[in-house]
Amino acid sequence: MSTNLADPTRLATPPTFQAVSLARRIKNGFATTLVWGAFLVAIIPLVWVLYTVVQRGFPVILDGDWWQKSLSGLLARQQGGGAYHAIYGTLVQGLVCGIISVPIGIMIAIYLVEYGGRSKLSKATTFMVDILTGVPSIVAALFVYTVWITYFGFGRSAFAVSLALVLLMVPVVVRTTEEMLKIVPDELREASYALGIPKWKTIVKIVIPTALSGILTGIMLALARVMGETAPVLVLASYAPFINYNLFDGPMASLPLMMTNERNNPTPAGFERIWGAAITLVLIITLFNLLATVISRALAPKTK
Amino acid sequence: MAKRLDIKDLNLFYGKFHAVENVSLAVPPKNVTAFIGPSGCGKSTVLRSLNRMHEVAPGARVEGKVLLDGEDIYASTVDPVEVRRTIGMVFQRPNPFPTMSIRDNVVAGLKLAGMKNKRELDEVAERSLRGANLWNEVKDRLDRPGGGLSGGQQQRLCIARAIAVQPDVLLMDEPCSALDPISTLAIEDLITELKKEYTIVIVTHNMQQAARVSDQTAFFNLLGVGQPGQLIEVDDTEKIFSNPGQKATEDYISGRFG
Repeated sequence: MSTNLADPTRLATPPTFQAVSLARRIKNGFATTLVWGAFLVAIIPLVWVLYTVVQRGFPVILDGDWWQKSLSGLLARQQGGGAYHAIYGTLVQGLVCGIISVPIGIMIAIYLVEYGGRSKLSKATTFMVDILTGVPSIVAALFVYTVWITYFGFGRSAFAVSLALVLLMVPVVVRTTEEMLKIVPDELREASYALGIPKWKTIVKIVIPTALSGILTGIMLALARVMGETAPVLVLASYAPFINYNLFDGPMASLPLMMTNERNNPTPAGFERIWGAAITLVLIITLFNLLATVISRALAPKTK
Repeated sequence: MAKRLDIKDLNLFYGKFHAVENVSLAVPPKNVTAFIGPSGCGKSTVLRSLNRMHEVAPGARVEGKVLLDGEDIYASTVDPVEVRRTIGMVFQRPNPFPTMSIRDNVVAGLKLAGMKNKRELDEVAERSLRGANLWNEVKDRLDRPGGGLSGGQQQRLCIARAIAVQPDVLLMDEPCSALDPISTLAIEDLITELKKEYTIVIVTHNMQQAARVSDQTAFFNLLGVGQPGQLIEVDDTEKIFSNPGQKATEDYISGRFG
C-alpha cells in the first residue's frame, strides 16, 4: 500500500471502471432515435391539424355574428350568419348528457371499488362497462332510436341525443373514477373507520375528495369525447339551421353535425362554416379542459 | 374514561387461514400493554380485532370475546362504528387526510359525526394538539395541509386526531416504526403522558421500546409457518424482561431464535 501513497493517480491494479462500450453507445443511439421518431410521428399530425384549423377557422370566428346568429334563412352560397344554433346544441346536449352520466358513472365506480369486491355482480358490471366502452356511437344512437323513439314513441329530439351520449359517456366516467378511487390508499379508509366514521361517510367525505381532481379530469375528457360525436345527432335529432331551444322536440344542430352538413355546400360560405365550426369546437373543449385543470389544482391534496 | 379490556378465547381467521389461536389476556385501565413477537405472529391482527378493524379485511372472521368493561364488543347488537369511536387506533404509517388542514384533520372524527359549533371544534383541536405535544409546533399554521408536516409530526397529528374523539382505549400499531429516534422519543414521552388518561395497547418490534413505555408485556410467537400465532405469556414488563416464565420468551428477547 505504501508504494501507492507516493503517486495516488497511479493505479496498482487495472482500473475497475471503463468507458461506455461501443455496443452500448450504438444501442443507446438506436433507442434514442426510435423514441424521438415516435414522438415526431405523433406530434407532427397534431400540430398540422391544429395549424390548419386555426389558419382557416380563425378569421371566421372573429366576426361577432358568428357567436350570436344562426344560419336561419340564409342560402347555402350566402356569406354571413353564425354558429350560435350549433354551439347551443353542442353545449346543451353535452351538459344534459353530463348531468345524467356523471352521477351514474360515479356511483357505479363507488360500487365497484368500495362495495363490489370480487362478487359476481361486480365482475359482470366491469364486463358490461368494458363492452360499452367499445360501442361505436352509431350503435348507441340506433339503440336509443329503437327504445326511446320506436318502442316508447317519443319524438326525435336533442334529449334523445343526450341519452345516446350517456351510453358513450358512462363507461368512460366509470373507468376513470374507478382508477382514481383505487389509488386512494386503504390506510385513509382505515384511519377514518378507526375514528368511528361510518363507511358511507368515509367514502363521501374522505375517499371522494381525495380522488376528486382525477375524477374531474376524467369527466372533462369524457365530455370532450361526446361533444365531438356526429352520428347520434344525425340519427336522433337531425340538423336544423335555425335556433331550437326546445330540448324535447324538433331538430337541433351541433357543431360536428353542422360541419357534416356544410360539407355538401361547395361554396366558399360552406368552406368557412366548416372550419369555423371546427375551431369553435376545439375552443370549447379547450376551455372545458382548462376549467378542469384549474378546479383540479384547487381541489388536489396539498402538502405546502 | 379509561376502561379495561378483557380478551377471552380469541381466535382470528383470514378466510380459511387460522391466524391467531386462543388468546386470553386482560388489559387493565390506565396502563400500557405492549405486544411483542416475531413478524407474522399475529400481534397486529389481535390489536386490530380489539376495535373490530380485523373484519374490514375481506374474509376475515373472529371467534371469542373481547369485553370492554364487561361488555362484549362482538355482541350481535353492537354497532362496529360505535366500537371504533370508543376504542381509537393509531397506525404504523402516519396517515393524515390529505385534503384536510391540520385543524380539520384533528377534528375530523367529531366534524364527520355532526359537530358543527366552530368554537367548540377549535377548543377540541387545541386540547388534542396539546395532548399530542404538537400544539407549539403547529399553532401558527393550523390551516395548512396536514401532509406538509414531517413524519414524526404527522404521527403526532394522527394521535391528536385519535384522542380528539375521546376514546376509552387507544390502540397503537407500531406507531414509531416509520420514525427517526428523536420523533420516536417524542412519541414515547407522549405515551407515558397519555397513560394518565387512557388505556393503551401498543404493538412494537422494538424491545427497548416495550421495556421503556409499557407496564405489561405480552409475547406472541409462531410455532411454524402456516400455523396460527399464539400468546406465549403475558406478565409485568419488568418480569418479562428480567425473568420470563417461558424459555421461548427468553430466547426471543435475548436474540436467540430460529
